[in-house]
Amino acid sequence: MTVTPLPKAPLPKTPGLFARMARARPTKPGEIYGVPGQGNTFWLSVASVTFMLFVWWLVTTLGLVKPLFVPSPQLVLAKFGQIWREGFTNTAFLDHILISTLRVFGAFLLACLIGLPLGLAMGMSPMIRGIFDPPIEFYRPIPPLAYLPLMIIWFGIGETSKVLLIFLSVFAPVVLGARSGVKSAAIEQIHAAYSFGATRWQVMRHVIMPSAMPEILTAMRVGIGFGWTTLVAAEMVAATSGLGYMVLSASQFLQTSVVIMGIFVIATIAFAFDLLMRFLERRLVPWKGRM
Amino acid sequence: MSLNIDHASVVYPAADGRPPVAALSEVNLAITEGEFVVALGASGCGKSTLLNLIAGFLSPSSGTLTLDGQSVQGPGADRAVVFQKHALLPWLNVLDNVAFGLQIQGVAKQDRYRTANEYIGLLGLDGFQKSPVYKLSGGMQQRVGIARALTCDPKILLMDEPLGALDALTREKAQELILNIWGKTGKSVFFITHSVEEALFMGTKLIVMSPRPGRITHVFDLPFSRQFQSGAPARQVKASPEFIGLREKVLNIIFADEEAVE
Repeated sequence: MTVTPLPKAPLPKTPGLFARMARARPTKPGEIYGVPGQGNTFWLSVASVTFMLFVWWLVTTLGLVKPLFVPSPQLVLAKFGQIWREGFTNTAFLDHILISTLRVFGAFLLACLIGLPLGLAMGMSPMIRGIFDPPIEFYRPIPPLAYLPLMIIWFGIGETSKVLLIFLSVFAPVVLGARSGVKSAAIEQIHAAYSFGATRWQVMRHVIMPSAMPEILTAMRVGIGFGWTTLVAAEMVAATSGLGYMVLSASQFLQTSVVIMGIFVIATIAFAFDLLMRFLERRLVPWKGRM
Repeated sequence: MSLNIDHASVVYPAADGRPPVAALSEVNLAITEGEFVVALGASGCGKSTLLNLIAGFLSPSSGTLTLDGQSVQGPGADRAVVFQKHALLPWLNVLDNVAFGLQIQGVAKQDRYRTANEYIGLLGLDGFQKSPVYKLSGGMQQRVGIARALTCDPKILLMDEPLGALDALTREKAQELILNIWGKTGKSVFFITHSVEEALFMGTKLIVMSPRPGRITHVFDLPFSRQFQSGAPARQVKASPEFIGLREKVLNIIFADEEAVE
Protein backbone atom coordinates (compact mmCIF):
# COMPACT_ATOMS: atom_id res chain seq x y z
CA MET A 1 0.00 0.00 0.00
CA THR A 2 1.36 3.36 -0.91
CA VAL A 3 0.81 6.43 1.07
CA THR A 4 0.47 9.60 -0.85
CA PRO A 5 2.25 12.28 1.10
CA LEU A 6 0.13 15.16 2.12
CA PRO A 7 0.92 18.35 0.29
CA LYS A 8 3.24 20.52 2.35
CA ALA A 9 1.49 23.32 4.12
CA PRO A 10 2.66 26.67 2.85
CA LEU A 11 4.84 28.61 5.25
CA PRO A 12 2.89 31.27 7.08
CA LYS A 13 3.61 34.59 5.48
CA THR A 14 4.78 37.52 7.54
CA PRO A 15 2.04 40.07 7.08
CA GLY A 16 3.06 43.09 5.04
CA LEU A 17 2.46 46.65 6.13
CA PHE A 18 -0.80 46.94 4.24
CA ALA A 19 -2.13 43.62 5.49
CA ARG A 20 -1.42 44.72 9.05
CA MET A 21 -3.14 48.03 8.52
CA ALA A 22 -6.15 46.40 6.98
CA ARG A 23 -6.97 43.89 9.68
CA ALA A 24 -5.77 42.89 13.12
CA ARG A 25 -4.20 39.42 13.23
CA PRO A 26 -3.39 37.12 16.12
CA THR A 27 -0.14 37.98 17.85
CA LYS A 28 2.86 35.76 18.44
CA PRO A 29 3.05 34.09 21.86
CA GLY A 30 4.58 36.49 24.34
CA GLU A 31 2.97 39.53 22.80
CA ILE A 32 -0.28 41.06 23.91
CA TYR A 33 -3.04 41.28 21.34
CA GLY A 34 -3.97 44.75 20.21
CA VAL A 35 -1.36 46.87 22.01
CA PRO A 36 -0.83 49.84 19.71
CA GLY A 37 2.64 50.17 18.27
CA GLN A 38 4.24 47.23 20.00
CA GLY A 39 7.46 45.70 18.69
CA ASN A 40 11.18 46.38 18.82
CA THR A 41 12.35 49.25 16.64
CA PHE A 42 16.10 49.19 17.30
CA TRP A 43 17.30 47.58 14.08
CA LEU A 44 14.84 49.51 11.96
CA SER A 45 16.20 52.71 13.47
CA VAL A 46 19.77 51.62 12.78
CA ALA A 47 18.79 50.87 9.21
CA SER A 48 17.01 54.20 8.87
CA VAL A 49 20.04 56.16 10.08
CA THR A 50 22.39 54.17 7.88
CA PHE A 51 20.17 54.74 4.90
CA MET A 52 20.02 58.48 5.46
CA LEU A 53 23.79 58.70 5.85
CA PHE A 54 24.18 56.66 2.70
CA VAL A 55 21.86 58.93 0.69
CA TRP A 56 23.70 61.95 2.06
CA TRP A 57 27.03 60.46 1.02
CA LEU A 58 25.70 59.39 -2.36
CA VAL A 59 24.19 62.69 -3.49
CA THR A 60 27.25 64.65 -2.38
CA THR A 61 29.80 62.25 -3.85
CA LEU A 62 27.97 62.08 -7.18
CA GLY A 63 27.99 65.87 -7.19
CA LEU A 64 24.20 66.09 -7.41
CA VAL A 65 24.20 68.91 -4.85
CA LYS A 66 26.80 71.62 -4.53
CA PRO A 67 28.87 71.54 -1.33
CA LEU A 68 27.62 75.06 -0.60
CA PHE A 69 24.15 73.62 -0.01
CA VAL A 70 24.98 70.17 1.33
CA PRO A 71 28.61 69.39 2.10
CA SER A 72 29.58 65.73 2.12
CA PRO A 73 29.79 63.75 5.36
CA GLN A 74 33.55 63.47 4.91
CA LEU A 75 33.82 67.24 4.67
CA VAL A 76 31.73 67.77 7.80
CA LEU A 77 33.85 65.22 9.66
CA ALA A 78 37.05 66.87 8.45
CA LYS A 79 35.70 70.24 9.54
CA PHE A 80 34.98 68.76 12.94
CA GLY A 81 38.59 67.59 13.21
CA GLN A 82 39.92 70.94 12.11
CA ILE A 83 37.82 72.98 14.52
CA TRP A 84 38.56 70.50 17.28
CA ARG A 85 42.28 71.20 16.80
CA GLU A 86 42.24 74.86 15.83
CA GLY A 87 39.14 76.24 17.44
CA PHE A 88 36.66 78.61 15.80
CA THR A 89 37.14 82.39 15.70
CA ASN A 90 40.01 82.26 18.16
CA THR A 91 38.08 80.28 20.75
CA ALA A 92 38.82 76.63 21.47
CA PHE A 93 36.07 74.26 20.36
CA LEU A 94 35.61 72.87 23.86
CA ASP A 95 35.12 76.42 25.13
CA HIS A 96 32.29 76.91 22.65
CA ILE A 97 30.69 73.73 23.92
CA LEU A 98 31.33 74.67 27.53
CA ILE A 99 29.86 78.15 27.36
CA SER A 100 26.71 76.95 25.57
CA THR A 101 26.29 74.07 27.97
CA LEU A 102 26.71 76.43 30.92
CA ARG A 103 24.10 78.79 29.51
CA VAL A 104 21.58 76.04 28.87
CA PHE A 105 22.14 74.09 32.08
CA GLY A 106 22.44 77.24 34.20
CA ALA A 107 19.10 78.42 32.87
CA PHE A 108 17.68 74.91 33.28
CA LEU A 109 18.78 74.61 36.92
CA LEU A 110 17.43 78.05 37.71
CA ALA A 111 14.12 77.21 36.01
CA CYS A 112 13.86 73.99 38.05
CA LEU A 113 14.79 75.69 41.32
CA ILE A 114 12.10 78.32 40.87
CA GLY A 115 9.67 76.53 38.57
CA LEU A 116 9.19 73.25 40.43
CA PRO A 117 8.23 74.78 43.81
CA LEU A 118 6.07 77.36 42.06
CA GLY A 119 4.33 74.69 39.99
CA LEU A 120 3.68 72.54 43.06
CA ALA A 121 2.38 75.59 44.92
CA MET A 122 0.11 76.44 41.99
CA GLY A 123 -1.25 72.91 42.06
CA MET A 124 -1.86 73.06 45.80
CA SER A 125 -3.21 76.56 46.26
CA PRO A 126 -5.98 78.23 44.24
CA MET A 127 -4.67 81.60 45.40
CA ILE A 128 -1.18 81.09 43.99
CA ARG A 129 -2.64 79.53 40.85
CA GLY A 130 -4.94 82.50 40.38
CA ILE A 131 -2.05 84.93 40.66
CA PHE A 132 0.56 83.19 38.48
CA ASP A 133 -1.59 81.45 35.88
CA PRO A 134 -2.29 84.54 33.69
CA PRO A 135 1.32 85.76 33.25
CA ILE A 136 2.67 82.27 32.56
CA GLU A 137 -0.11 81.36 30.14
CA PHE A 138 0.35 84.78 28.50
CA TYR A 139 4.04 84.48 27.70
CA ARG A 140 4.20 80.68 27.19
CA PRO A 141 3.08 80.55 23.53
CA ILE A 142 5.18 83.58 22.47
CA PRO A 143 8.30 82.59 20.50
CA PRO A 144 11.48 83.58 22.42
CA LEU A 145 12.69 85.47 19.34
CA ALA A 146 9.75 87.84 19.77
CA TYR A 147 10.73 88.93 23.25
CA LEU A 148 14.48 88.75 22.66
CA PRO A 149 14.59 92.50 21.80
CA LEU A 150 12.90 93.29 25.13
CA MET A 151 15.44 91.17 27.00
CA ILE A 152 18.24 93.11 25.33
CA ILE A 153 16.67 96.51 25.99
CA TRP A 154 16.07 95.60 29.64
CA PHE A 155 19.10 93.53 30.52
CA GLY A 156 21.74 94.54 27.99
CA ILE A 157 23.75 92.32 25.70
CA GLY A 158 25.64 90.42 28.43
CA GLU A 159 25.11 86.95 29.85
CA THR A 160 21.98 88.00 31.79
CA SER A 161 19.73 88.41 28.78
CA LYS A 162 21.03 85.19 27.17
CA VAL A 163 20.48 83.03 30.23
CA LEU A 164 17.18 84.74 30.97
CA LEU A 165 15.89 84.01 27.47
CA ILE A 166 16.71 80.31 27.83
CA PHE A 167 15.37 80.35 31.39
CA LEU A 168 12.00 81.66 30.21
CA SER A 169 11.67 78.95 27.58
CA VAL A 170 12.42 76.20 30.13
CA PHE A 171 10.42 77.77 32.94
CA ALA A 172 6.90 77.44 31.48
CA PRO A 173 6.94 73.69 30.75
CA VAL A 174 8.58 72.95 34.10
CA VAL A 175 5.96 74.94 36.02
CA LEU A 176 3.08 73.38 34.10
CA GLY A 177 4.48 69.86 34.59
CA ALA A 178 4.88 70.27 38.33
CA ARG A 179 1.44 71.84 38.56
CA SER A 180 -0.34 69.02 36.78
CA GLY A 181 1.82 66.48 38.65
CA VAL A 182 0.06 67.52 41.84
CA LYS A 183 -3.06 65.88 40.48
CA SER A 184 -1.31 62.49 40.06
CA ALA A 185 -1.93 61.34 43.61
CA ALA A 186 -5.05 59.18 43.92
CA ILE A 187 -7.57 60.60 46.34
CA GLU A 188 -7.39 57.30 48.27
CA GLN A 189 -3.66 57.84 48.89
CA ILE A 190 -4.35 61.34 50.17
CA HIS A 191 -7.25 60.16 52.33
CA ALA A 192 -5.12 57.35 53.75
CA ALA A 193 -2.47 59.86 54.86
CA TYR A 194 -5.05 62.18 56.41
CA SER A 195 -6.70 59.30 58.23
CA PHE A 196 -3.36 58.62 59.95
CA GLY A 197 -3.52 62.18 61.24
CA ALA A 198 -1.23 63.74 58.63
CA THR A 199 -0.94 67.50 58.37
CA ARG A 200 -1.34 69.23 55.01
CA TRP A 201 2.43 69.59 54.82
CA GLN A 202 2.95 65.87 55.51
CA VAL A 203 0.47 64.95 52.77
CA MET A 204 2.39 67.23 50.43
CA ARG A 205 5.76 65.79 51.44
CA HIS A 206 4.86 62.08 51.66
CA VAL A 207 2.12 61.64 49.06
CA ILE A 208 1.76 64.47 46.58
CA MET A 209 5.43 65.19 45.83
CA PRO A 210 6.50 61.57 45.28
CA SER A 211 3.48 60.85 43.10
CA ALA A 212 4.22 63.98 41.06
CA MET A 213 7.77 62.77 40.31
CA PRO A 214 7.02 61.06 36.97
CA GLU A 215 5.35 64.19 35.58
CA ILE A 216 8.10 66.40 37.00
CA LEU A 217 10.81 64.33 35.31
CA THR A 218 8.91 64.41 32.02
CA ALA A 219 8.49 68.18 32.35
CA MET A 220 12.23 68.53 32.95
CA ARG A 221 12.94 66.53 29.79
CA VAL A 222 10.58 68.70 27.78
CA GLY A 223 12.03 71.83 29.41
CA ILE A 224 15.66 71.12 28.59
CA GLY A 225 14.57 70.45 25.02
CA PHE A 226 13.09 73.94 24.83
CA GLY A 227 16.33 75.24 26.34
CA TRP A 228 18.46 73.86 23.49
CA THR A 229 15.91 75.14 20.99
CA THR A 230 16.31 78.65 22.36
CA LEU A 231 20.11 78.53 22.58
CA VAL A 232 20.72 79.74 19.03
CA ALA A 233 18.30 82.64 19.48
CA ALA A 234 20.02 83.56 22.75
CA GLU A 235 23.43 83.59 21.07
CA MET A 236 22.25 85.68 18.13
CA VAL A 237 23.11 88.98 19.73
CA ALA A 238 26.58 90.09 20.76
CA ALA A 239 27.87 86.61 21.50
CA THR A 240 31.53 85.83 20.77
CA SER A 241 31.40 82.18 21.68
CA GLY A 242 28.99 79.28 21.99
CA LEU A 243 27.62 76.64 19.65
CA GLY A 244 24.73 78.84 18.56
CA TYR A 245 27.14 81.66 17.81
CA MET A 246 29.34 79.27 15.86
CA VAL A 247 26.43 78.09 13.70
CA LEU A 248 25.16 81.62 13.08
CA SER A 249 28.49 83.17 12.18
CA ALA A 250 29.44 80.23 10.00
CA SER A 251 26.17 80.69 8.11
CA GLN A 252 27.10 84.30 7.44
CA PHE A 253 30.25 83.12 5.73
CA LEU A 254 28.37 80.32 3.97
CA GLN A 255 30.47 77.71 5.78
CA THR A 256 27.70 75.13 5.54
CA SER A 257 29.90 72.33 6.83
CA VAL A 258 30.38 74.18 10.14
CA VAL A 259 26.64 74.81 10.37
CA ILE A 260 25.86 71.12 9.95
CA MET A 261 28.66 70.12 12.31
CA GLY A 262 27.32 72.53 14.97
CA ILE A 263 23.83 71.11 14.58
CA PHE A 264 25.18 67.60 15.13
CA VAL A 265 27.09 68.66 18.25
CA ILE A 266 24.00 70.32 19.77
CA ALA A 267 21.88 67.28 18.94
CA THR A 268 24.44 64.94 20.46
CA ILE A 269 24.67 66.83 23.77
CA ALA A 270 20.87 67.14 24.00
CA PHE A 271 20.42 63.47 23.21
CA ALA A 272 23.05 62.41 25.77
CA PHE A 273 21.27 64.42 28.44
CA ASP A 274 17.94 62.91 27.44
CA LEU A 275 19.43 59.43 27.85
CA LEU A 276 20.60 60.46 31.32
CA MET A 277 17.09 61.68 32.18
CA ARG A 278 15.56 58.43 30.94
CA PHE A 279 18.03 56.50 33.07
CA LEU A 280 17.10 58.63 36.10
CA GLU A 281 13.44 58.03 35.35
CA ARG A 282 13.91 54.27 35.42
CA ARG A 283 15.87 54.52 38.67
CA LEU A 284 13.68 57.05 40.47
CA VAL A 285 10.18 56.08 39.37
CA PRO A 286 10.21 52.41 38.36
CA TRP A 287 6.58 52.31 39.44
CA LYS A 288 5.51 54.86 36.81
CA GLY A 289 2.22 53.80 35.25
CA ARG A 290 2.11 50.57 37.21
CA MET A 291 -0.26 51.42 40.05
CA MET B 1 -15.02 52.05 72.15
CA SER B 2 -18.43 53.16 71.08
CA LEU B 3 -19.38 55.01 67.94
CA ASN B 4 -22.75 56.72 67.89
CA ILE B 5 -24.43 58.20 64.87
CA ASP B 6 -27.51 60.14 65.79
CA HIS B 7 -30.02 61.33 63.17
CA ALA B 8 -27.23 62.05 60.68
CA SER B 9 -28.24 63.42 57.28
CA VAL B 10 -26.11 64.42 54.35
CA VAL B 11 -27.58 66.61 51.64
CA TYR B 12 -25.50 67.47 48.60
CA PRO B 13 -26.37 71.02 47.51
CA ALA B 14 -28.20 71.69 44.27
CA ALA B 15 -25.92 71.95 41.26
CA ASP B 16 -26.37 72.48 37.49
CA GLY B 17 -30.07 73.09 37.91
CA ARG B 18 -30.65 69.76 39.63
CA PRO B 19 -32.39 69.68 42.99
CA PRO B 20 -30.41 68.91 46.15
CA VAL B 21 -29.67 65.20 46.67
CA ALA B 22 -30.27 63.54 50.00
CA ALA B 23 -27.37 61.06 50.14
CA LEU B 24 -28.18 60.05 53.71
CA SER B 25 -31.34 60.67 55.61
CA GLU B 26 -31.78 60.36 59.39
CA VAL B 27 -29.29 57.59 59.96
CA ASN B 28 -29.01 56.16 63.43
CA LEU B 29 -26.30 53.63 64.13
CA ALA B 30 -24.32 52.51 67.15
CA ILE B 31 -21.16 50.43 66.85
CA THR B 32 -19.84 48.96 70.08
CA GLU B 33 -16.55 47.35 71.07
CA GLY B 34 -15.67 44.34 68.94
CA GLU B 35 -18.68 44.55 66.66
CA PHE B 36 -18.38 43.76 62.95
CA VAL B 37 -20.95 45.93 61.22
CA VAL B 38 -21.53 45.32 57.53
CA ALA B 39 -23.33 47.81 55.29
CA LEU B 40 -25.04 46.41 52.21
CA GLY B 41 -27.22 48.02 49.61
CA ALA B 42 -27.87 48.92 45.99
CA SER B 43 -25.57 51.51 44.48
CA GLY B 44 -26.48 55.03 45.50
CA CYS B 45 -27.78 53.89 48.89
CA GLY B 46 -25.22 56.02 50.71
CA LYS B 47 -22.99 53.35 52.22
CA SER B 48 -19.82 55.08 51.05
CA THR B 49 -21.21 58.39 52.26
CA LEU B 50 -21.75 56.80 55.65
CA LEU B 51 -18.17 55.53 55.71
CA ASN B 52 -16.82 58.94 54.70
CA LEU B 53 -18.89 60.43 57.51
CA ILE B 54 -17.38 58.10 60.10
CA ALA B 55 -13.88 58.57 58.67
CA GLY B 56 -14.34 62.32 59.02
CA PHE B 57 -13.86 63.12 55.33
CA LEU B 58 -17.40 64.51 55.26
CA SER B 59 -19.41 66.43 57.84
CA PRO B 60 -23.12 65.76 58.27
CA SER B 61 -25.63 68.36 57.14
CA SER B 62 -27.54 67.65 60.35
CA GLY B 63 -27.28 65.19 63.22
CA THR B 64 -24.23 64.18 65.24
CA LEU B 65 -21.39 61.64 65.24
CA THR B 66 -19.52 60.81 68.40
CA LEU B 67 -16.65 58.43 69.06
CA ASP B 68 -16.32 57.60 72.77
CA GLY B 69 -18.34 60.72 73.54
CA GLN B 70 -16.11 62.97 71.46
CA SER B 71 -17.67 64.65 68.44
CA VAL B 72 -16.03 63.53 65.18
CA GLN B 73 -14.30 66.51 63.58
CA GLY B 74 -12.26 65.40 60.58
CA PRO B 75 -10.14 62.31 60.01
CA GLY B 76 -7.97 60.91 62.78
CA ALA B 77 -5.73 57.99 63.65
CA ASP B 78 -8.41 56.42 65.87
CA ARG B 79 -10.32 55.47 62.69
CA ALA B 80 -8.22 53.66 60.08
CA VAL B 81 -9.53 53.25 56.54
CA VAL B 82 -8.91 50.33 54.17
CA PHE B 83 -9.74 51.33 50.59
CA GLN B 84 -10.78 49.19 47.66
CA LYS B 85 -7.68 50.15 45.64
CA HIS B 86 -5.17 52.84 44.67
CA ALA B 87 -4.35 53.61 48.30
CA LEU B 88 -0.85 52.14 48.65
CA LEU B 89 2.22 54.23 47.89
CA PRO B 90 4.11 52.56 45.00
CA TRP B 91 7.40 54.38 45.74
CA LEU B 92 7.61 52.60 49.11
CA ASN B 93 8.24 48.89 49.66
CA VAL B 94 5.89 46.68 51.68
CA LEU B 95 7.57 47.43 55.00
CA ASP B 96 7.51 51.20 54.51
CA ASN B 97 3.93 51.09 53.30
CA VAL B 98 2.84 49.21 56.41
CA ALA B 99 4.88 51.58 58.61
CA PHE B 100 3.53 54.66 56.80
CA GLY B 101 0.93 55.59 59.43
CA LEU B 102 3.51 55.39 62.21
CA GLN B 103 5.92 57.46 60.15
CA ILE B 104 3.25 60.16 59.81
CA GLN B 105 2.87 60.07 63.59
CA GLY B 106 6.59 60.62 64.06
CA VAL B 107 7.46 57.17 65.46
CA ALA B 108 11.20 56.42 65.28
CA LYS B 109 12.29 54.15 62.43
CA GLN B 110 13.30 51.15 64.56
CA ASP B 111 10.06 51.21 66.56
CA ARG B 112 7.82 51.59 63.57
CA TYR B 113 9.58 48.78 61.70
CA ARG B 114 9.16 46.51 64.73
CA THR B 115 5.40 47.19 64.89
CA ALA B 116 5.05 46.95 61.12
CA ASN B 117 6.83 43.59 61.10
CA GLU B 118 4.37 42.23 63.67
CA TYR B 119 1.42 43.04 61.44
CA ILE B 120 3.25 41.86 58.33
CA GLY B 121 3.57 38.52 60.07
CA LEU B 122 -0.07 38.58 61.18
CA LEU B 123 -1.23 39.15 57.59
CA GLY B 124 1.06 36.41 56.24
CA LEU B 125 3.33 38.76 54.32
CA ASP B 126 6.59 37.66 55.92
CA GLY B 127 9.47 37.66 53.48
CA PHE B 128 7.91 40.37 51.29
CA GLN B 129 9.12 43.31 53.40
CA LYS B 130 11.44 44.60 50.66
CA SER B 131 9.13 43.88 47.73
CA PRO B 132 7.78 46.82 45.76
CA VAL B 133 4.01 46.91 46.29
CA TYR B 134 3.23 47.31 42.58
CA LYS B 135 4.65 43.86 41.93
CA LEU B 136 2.30 42.14 44.40
CA SER B 137 -0.98 40.47 43.45
CA GLY B 138 -4.24 42.27 44.23
CA GLY B 139 -4.88 40.04 47.24
CA MET B 140 -1.46 40.74 48.72
CA GLN B 141 -1.79 44.46 48.09
CA GLN B 142 -5.04 44.40 50.03
CA ARG B 143 -3.31 42.61 52.90
CA VAL B 144 -0.67 45.34 52.93
CA GLY B 145 -3.48 47.89 53.14
CA ILE B 146 -5.04 46.06 56.09
CA ALA B 147 -1.69 45.73 57.88
CA ARG B 148 -1.05 49.43 57.37
CA ALA B 149 -4.43 50.30 58.86
CA LEU B 150 -3.81 48.07 61.90
CA THR B 151 -0.33 49.38 62.81
CA CYS B 152 -1.68 52.59 64.30
CA ASP B 153 -3.88 50.61 66.69
CA PRO B 154 -7.14 52.33 65.68
CA LYS B 155 -10.34 52.00 67.68
CA ILE B 156 -12.28 51.05 64.57
CA LEU B 157 -11.41 49.79 61.10
CA LEU B 158 -13.37 51.30 58.24
CA MET B 159 -13.31 49.04 55.20
CA ASP B 160 -14.68 50.41 51.92
CA GLU B 161 -15.31 47.35 49.72
CA PRO B 162 -11.82 46.09 50.48
CA LEU B 163 -12.35 42.82 48.62
CA GLY B 164 -14.32 44.21 45.70
CA ALA B 165 -11.43 44.03 43.24
CA LEU B 166 -10.37 40.46 44.09
CA ASP B 167 -11.20 37.28 42.22
CA ALA B 168 -13.69 34.90 43.83
CA LEU B 169 -11.17 32.43 45.29
CA THR B 170 -8.80 35.04 46.70
CA ARG B 171 -11.82 36.84 48.04
CA GLU B 172 -13.07 33.90 50.10
CA LYS B 173 -9.61 33.38 51.56
CA ALA B 174 -9.35 37.09 52.34
CA GLN B 175 -12.73 36.96 54.11
CA GLU B 176 -11.48 34.23 56.42
CA LEU B 177 -8.21 36.10 56.96
CA ILE B 178 -10.04 39.29 57.95
CA LEU B 179 -12.27 37.36 60.35
CA ASN B 180 -9.19 35.75 61.93
CA ILE B 181 -7.49 39.13 62.31
CA TRP B 182 -10.67 40.58 63.75
CA GLY B 183 -10.79 37.73 66.25
CA LYS B 184 -7.16 38.21 67.26
CA THR B 185 -7.21 41.99 67.56
CA GLY B 186 -10.77 42.46 68.81
CA LYS B 187 -11.15 45.64 66.74
CA SER B 188 -14.52 47.07 65.84
CA VAL B 189 -15.09 47.00 62.11
CA PHE B 190 -17.36 48.89 59.72
CA PHE B 191 -17.35 47.02 56.44
CA ILE B 192 -18.96 47.89 53.11
CA THR B 193 -19.69 45.28 50.48
CA HIS B 194 -21.79 44.59 47.40
CA SER B 195 -21.87 40.87 48.07
CA VAL B 196 -24.79 39.54 50.11
CA GLU B 197 -22.96 36.33 50.93
CA GLU B 198 -19.87 38.21 52.13
CA ALA B 199 -22.05 40.50 54.24
CA LEU B 200 -23.88 37.64 55.93
CA PHE B 201 -20.74 35.60 56.51
CA MET B 202 -18.61 38.34 57.98
CA GLY B 203 -20.82 40.62 60.04
CA THR B 204 -22.15 40.42 63.54
CA LYS B 205 -24.61 43.07 62.50
CA LEU B 206 -25.93 43.74 59.01
CA ILE B 207 -27.42 47.05 58.00
CA VAL B 208 -29.29 47.05 54.70
CA MET B 209 -29.49 50.44 53.07
CA SER B 210 -31.83 51.77 50.38
CA PRO B 211 -31.35 54.62 47.95
CA ARG B 212 -33.24 57.87 47.38
CA PRO B 213 -32.81 59.05 50.02
CA GLY B 214 -29.99 56.87 51.36
CA ARG B 215 -31.15 55.34 54.63
CA ILE B 216 -30.98 52.24 56.78
CA THR B 217 -34.06 50.12 56.16
CA HIS B 218 -33.26 46.83 57.89
CA VAL B 219 -30.93 45.69 60.64
CA PHE B 220 -30.11 42.02 61.24
CA ASP B 221 -28.03 40.44 63.98
CA LEU B 222 -25.88 37.72 62.46
CA PRO B 223 -24.50 34.56 64.07
CA PHE B 224 -22.38 33.25 61.19
CA SER B 225 -19.00 34.91 61.78
CA ARG B 226 -19.10 33.71 65.39
CA GLN B 227 -19.84 30.18 64.15
CA PHE B 228 -16.81 30.39 61.89
CA GLN B 229 -14.69 31.68 64.74
CA SER B 230 -15.69 28.82 66.99
CA GLY B 231 -14.38 26.39 64.40
CA ALA B 232 -17.06 25.73 61.80
CA PRO B 233 -15.61 25.62 58.26
CA ALA B 234 -16.57 28.59 56.11
CA ARG B 235 -18.27 26.54 53.41
CA GLN B 236 -20.30 24.65 55.95
CA VAL B 237 -21.47 27.94 57.48
CA LYS B 238 -22.40 29.30 54.07
CA ALA B 239 -24.30 26.12 53.19
CA SER B 240 -26.44 26.03 56.34
CA PRO B 241 -30.23 26.46 55.91
CA GLU B 242 -30.33 29.57 58.10
CA PHE B 243 -27.60 31.19 56.00
CA ILE B 244 -29.38 30.43 52.75
CA GLY B 245 -32.75 31.52 54.15
CA LEU B 246 -31.39 34.86 55.28
CA ARG B 247 -29.52 35.30 52.01
CA GLU B 248 -32.78 34.98 50.05
CA LYS B 249 -34.52 37.39 52.39
CA VAL B 250 -31.82 40.03 52.00
CA LEU B 251 -31.62 39.50 48.24
CA ASN B 252 -35.37 40.11 48.00
CA ILE B 253 -34.99 43.41 49.84
CA ILE B 254 -32.17 44.55 47.59
CA PHE B 255 -33.85 43.51 44.35
CA ALA B 256 -37.01 45.30 45.44
CA ASP B 257 -34.92 48.46 45.89
CA GLU B 258 -33.33 48.05 42.46
CA GLU B 259 -36.72 47.65 40.82
CA ALA B 260 -38.12 50.66 42.63
CA VAL B 261 -35.27 52.70 41.15
CA GLU B 262 -35.95 51.49 37.63
